[in-house]
Amino acid sequence: MRFDEPALRNPIDDLTVFGRPVARIEGPLKVTGAARYAYERTELGKAAYGVVVGAAIPKGRIRAIDRTAALASPGVLGVITTLDHDRLPTADMCAATLFGGDVIQHHHQAMAVVVADTFEQARAASRLLSVTYERAEGRFVLADEEPRAEAAPDTENGGPDAPDIDVVGDFEAAFRAALVRLEQTYTTPYESPAMMEPHASMAAWQGDHVTIWTSNQMVNWAVRDIPRALGIPAENVRVLSPYVGGGFGAKLFIRCDVVLAALAARALGRPVKVTLHRPVIFNNTSHRSATIQRIRLAAGSDGKLTGISHRGLSGNLPGGLAEMATSQTKLLYAAPNREIGMRMATLDLPESNFMRAPGEAPGLMALEVAMDEMAEKLAMDPIAFRILNDTPVDPHVPNRRFSERHLAECLRVGAERFGWSARQARPAGVRDGRWLVGMGVASAIRNAIPMSSGARVRLERSGRLTVETDMTDIGTGTYTILAQTAAEMLGVTPADVGVTLGDSNLPRAAGSGGQWGAANATGGVFAACVKLREAIAARLGFPAAQCTFADHHVRSGNDTTSLAEVAQRGELIGEDLIEFGDLGKRFQQSTFGAQFAEVGVDAFTGEIRVRRMLAVCDAGRIINPVTARSQVIGGMTMGIGAALMEDLGLDAKRGFFVNHDMAGYEVPVHADVPHLDVVLLDHPDALASPTKAKGIGELGMCGAAPAIANAVYNATGVRIRNYPITLDKLLHELPPLSAL
Amino acid sequence: MRAFTYQRVAATAEATAALARIPGAKLLAGGTNLLDLMKLEIEAPTHLIDIRDLDLARIEDTAAGGLRIGALVSNTDLASDARIKRHYPVISRAIVSGATGQLRNKASTAGNLLQRNRCPYFYDTDQPCNKRLPGSGCSAIDGASRGLAVIGTSSACIATYPGDLAVALRLLDAEIETVDAAGRTRTLPIADFHRLPGDTPQIETALQPSELITAVILPPPLGGRHFYLKVRDRASYAFALVSVAAVLHPDRTGRIAFGGVAPKPWRVEQAEAALQDSAEAVVSIAFDGATPTEQNAFKVPLAARALASVIARARESSDAV
Repeated sequence: MRFDEPALRNPIDDLTVFGRPVARIEGPLKVTGAARYAYERTELGKAAYGVVVGAAIPKGRIRAIDRTAALASPGVLGVITTLDHDRLPTADMCAATLFGGDVIQHHHQAMAVVVADTFEQARAASRLLSVTYERAEGRFVLADEEPRAEAAPDTENGGPDAPDIDVVGDFEAAFRAALVRLEQTYTTPYESPAMMEPHASMAAWQGDHVTIWTSNQMVNWAVRDIPRALGIPAENVRVLSPYVGGGFGAKLFIRCDVVLAALAARALGRPVKVTLHRPVIFNNTSHRSATIQRIRLAAGSDGKLTGISHRGLSGNLPGGLAEMATSQTKLLYAAPNREIGMRMATLDLPESNFMRAPGEAPGLMALEVAMDEMAEKLAMDPIAFRILNDTPVDPHVPNRRFSERHLAECLRVGAERFGWSARQARPAGVRDGRWLVGMGVASAIRNAIPMSSGARVRLERSGRLTVETDMTDIGTGTYTILAQTAAEMLGVTPADVGVTLGDSNLPRAAGSGGQWGAANATGGVFAACVKLREAIAARLGFPAAQCTFADHHVRSGNDTTSLAEVAQRGELIGEDLIEFGDLGKRFQQSTFGAQFAEVGVDAFTGEIRVRRMLAVCDAGRIINPVTARSQVIGGMTMGIGAALMEDLGLDAKRGFFVNHDMAGYEVPVHADVPHLDVVLLDHPDALASPTKAKGIGELGMCGAAPAIANAVYNATGVRIRNYPITLDKLLHELPPLSAL
Repeated sequence: MRAFTYQRVAATAEATAALARIPGAKLLAGGTNLLDLMKLEIEAPTHLIDIRDLDLARIEDTAAGGLRIGALVSNTDLASDARIKRHYPVISRAIVSGATGQLRNKASTAGNLLQRNRCPYFYDTDQPCNKRLPGSGCSAIDGASRGLAVIGTSSACIATYPGDLAVALRLLDAEIETVDAAGRTRTLPIADFHRLPGDTPQIETALQPSELITAVILPPPLGGRHFYLKVRDRASYAFALVSVAAVLHPDRTGRIAFGGVAPKPWRVEQAEAALQDSAEAVVSIAFDGATPTEQNAFKVPLAARALASVIARARESSDAV
């Protein structure tokens, strides 16, 4: 099915089960432990355990690895070192070496996998490898590398010919002429996805074919990249990833667990499973780059922005991607003069890669604080200032409208519900006992990215429907929303629908990332269901266009047949792929939100605690308000982390992230997360997808951190522009003890 | 984890005898810290002596009017004991500010005192650390040191004693009762129990090789109002950046001990007289000679502000905090 015209009324619009709060259909499997994750599979036979050993230097070469003692250790079946292989090809959009060769690019790069009968044996033996390194000097400090940084054009939005800097009008002239100006630099730290389930893979070979159970967000990328890495034909690889215990970007691409499980299984002739133990994940896999962002805003005394400049810097290994922290600035506010661009510096740190809301999350942490600062300079309410500078069109392509954009409504609805009118514009004006209390707001934007997505839907002889696709459910609720889609299209209930996901033998779907999963995968199931409806109509001799499907029956005029009856005559299959035309080019498709936060700052100690938050989201039709809300509050929770604590601490001398475990890398615990309120606006987007839905999984994180940052300022009068906002940065500007 | 042998003992003498006899043996109680360290091979005992069956899990009144807390009393049981809550509430508050319910159920009183530091370089076997590998150097001094100690440190080590319970015990001048393989018992003041690093940061306590802690002795109650304020970036499940244990009396006398700032619970008795003056005055005496790094210099003013917060609470109302 080609989607290149706005969606008309279609069976989804009945909203019998689509759009309804259906509980997760796989929930009972997960809470009872019956859902088997990659490391727990038994289909391939008893697997040996592989433990990965990471390099103890950040840059250099490995001269030798002595494995004698490891091989002699109890239970050890084999040791494969990076010196045994040439460098394996890296996955698309990745930069770090997965395995192979003697060159160490970054700390904890995989040097070896030690395989034994038990995990404990493999772990013990892994410590007996003796490695001779040759250290090289490295570049570890982002700010130091700024002079050598190179432009990072916005190719995701601007295509291969995207300019180094997106320019509209003459920013410098506008800035010089402006009555009110802001010029500030903001920094965001390195952050780790820190998902709950570690990376894990299990591999088994049958002849020259390999089956891999893994924890991966994008099965179709994995099945593209694994054959390349292993040097075998694509058709010889099957990848399964039915359950994923969180990813946040860390599992978009294959990491060393996949290739080491496959290499070890091939070498040993038996199934091998490899999980990355937690202390290795932070430096071995990927993280979000730190950023340094310089923002300049120009406005007249009426509060209208006349110029926006947002220039950012991130770092990565050579060949890696930039953290596109300026991309949202192209779309969020009107201003006739603009210059927006990212640069990237080469660093010898672990690979930076996509993490939840890549670009927007750190970008809004700067832009939305700058907007707060500018509103104050203009003596305007921050919400009124944002609404005044709202834009109905892409400011860089003024004839290009947004498909749907309800940012102002998000802000207004949120202000009313949150009680914004009680906010004191003058900072440090509200005390509640020892707490300084403040409120903050921020806008949110995250694009809706159309991607082709396929599915197969079977009407089985039993009368049950089964949805089959290589789509993944990374904890988001995909199983449930695909069941809802098929149920709505065929007039049954979600309980009548089975969903099989995450198998590369099944039709290729969009996968889970960039909040593109829900809209595209439900679109694929929609397309497949249209095919199935046609097949059912054909079997019954009904004109397909006039059939309705409801209450387990198909009707055409006065003729009614139950689906069970149709099915008894033999299984029917509908399979199709949703493909998107140029609607996404003709119209900017994005999701919007407004985030509100109230914080308390201990006037004595500077401890910051979030008291309440609200997110109002404009994300197209909401497919399932329960799973959508869960996505939003999860994003808000990550926003609390980003604002107040998450910080991969760099040892700039030794070239690695020091706090590489869950004790050292602090994420919010329950006590940090107050009641999180969510309002989901209902603005179906007929230009985005046939179900009129858009994604929401990353929107909930966007704007959450800067809303908190602005609330901290409102509470204290202290503006911290270097995240995370921790008490040590506030302390010296808090009221003197004599005043408390 | 390296291979080790294991025995479960029924008598204290059996435990100390095994400690004396077997080089590299260690005692196992709750195991909440030791087992983690063994998995990382930071601890590699040759032999574990499981003492959980010993009769050391009771809290008893002493003739002097205090309490004798058995070494194996769990953190949960200690924090919830009615006598502790009534007469030594600083202990309860210190305990429940740390770890999690599950860990406190497992952790023992003596084991808690013996927990090792949480310096990230101590835990990272790829990096030098004088505590883990004496003579290899200290990575923290010019590395990530935000959470580490500001006073009592040496050029060999700036690790922080991480616990909360010990800070409260130091405040109360508790004593540690031990027995060794020869059957000799002794009590030593908690002030002398944890050692400063000096040139030998790997030696963390005054315990002798075959010595086993049997109890912690609390002197008679001090009265006053008890506080334990733990300051940290997140609201729970984090070690203190700074903590303050305090007993304060209406006449502005009292005792103060700090956690999260030194290689041992940090109490400077001479500083307590300055309670008559101000929190800053107490801290300027208690932290005289501090040598913080650039990253953790905030801990000294934070200690003053945390103490000021405690003093303010004491004055605000008569409700316990």
